[in-house]
Parts: sequence; C-alpha cells; structure tokens
Amino acid sequence: MENWLSGKSAIVIGERDGVQGPAIAKCVEAAGGKVVYAVTECFV
Amino acid sequence: MDLESQANIKRIAESGGLSKGEIIVVLGASDIEGAEISAQTVTSGDPSYTGPLAGVPLGLPVYHILEPDLKPFIPEAVYEENIGIWTMATDTKDFGERFKAIREKVAKG
Repeated sequence: MENWLSGKSAIVIGERDGVQGPAIAKCVEAAGGKVVYAVTECFV
Repeated sequence: MDLESQANIKRIAESGGLSKGEIIVVLGASDIEGAEISAQTVTSGDPSYTGPLAGVPLGLPVYHILEPDLKPFIPEAVYEENIGIWTMATDTKDFGERFKAIREKVAKG
C-alpha cells in the first residue's frame, strides 16, 4: 500500500478535549509528512 | 474552527508556495459532528459565515487522525503513544467512512 502521507504538507487542527495538535503532528511526521501548521483548539 | 486558525489555513492555502495537491488537513476532534464542521470549513467554507473562510471553498483533502486508513503509515509505537487511547473510546470505522465520503464529495467538486 502506498504511503500517501509521505511528502505531504499537513495542516494539523487538534482539539483540547480530543486528540491534541502535537500528538497528531508526531504521527504525521513519523509517517513522512511535513507539518506546516499545528494548533490545538479549545471549544467551550 | 476558531478565526485565527481559519486565517492561517487560508494564508497557507493561498500563498502559492504549496500546490493544493501537496496540502492535507488532519483533524483531531473527538466528536464526529464537530469534526465534520471543521472538515466543511476547509472544503466548502465556514458554515457559520463568521470567519475568514466564509464563502471560501478551499477544497482541501481532509482527514481525521483516527481514521483506520491512516494507521498503517504511522509507526506502531508512535501511534500507540499518541493516539492509542482514543481508538478505544471512538468508533474509528465511523470516522473513516464519514471522512472518506467528505473527500469523495470534494473530489467530485
């Protein structure tokens, strides 16, 4: 299966009460993607 | 999605430095409805019509980090450390099906 994440530029929108931005960013980068923007939003 | 995030995404997508084929958006909201609203914001525009992406259909490919289709490409140790706990509390298959439908809709224009 082709790793389509590899080489992609990823905009990461995490959520405080869900999966947070840094956790998503680590996964994307470990898969070969490049994180160009990452944030953890807070909905209250 | 908050207004600052919308402004930053708009700037990145429209800067010209990256082609649309290179950019993806990866979400992490734990509730599917909230995630779908964020997905809508980066594809067809801000549905609340309050942010910088109101009326701006960026059409970016959008994924959720909990989709089963992403898991094979993430090293297992990294996945378990950062995402693993959420897979026990979430219907990841449902996330996968809904986001796949969103991407197919975007691809059709």
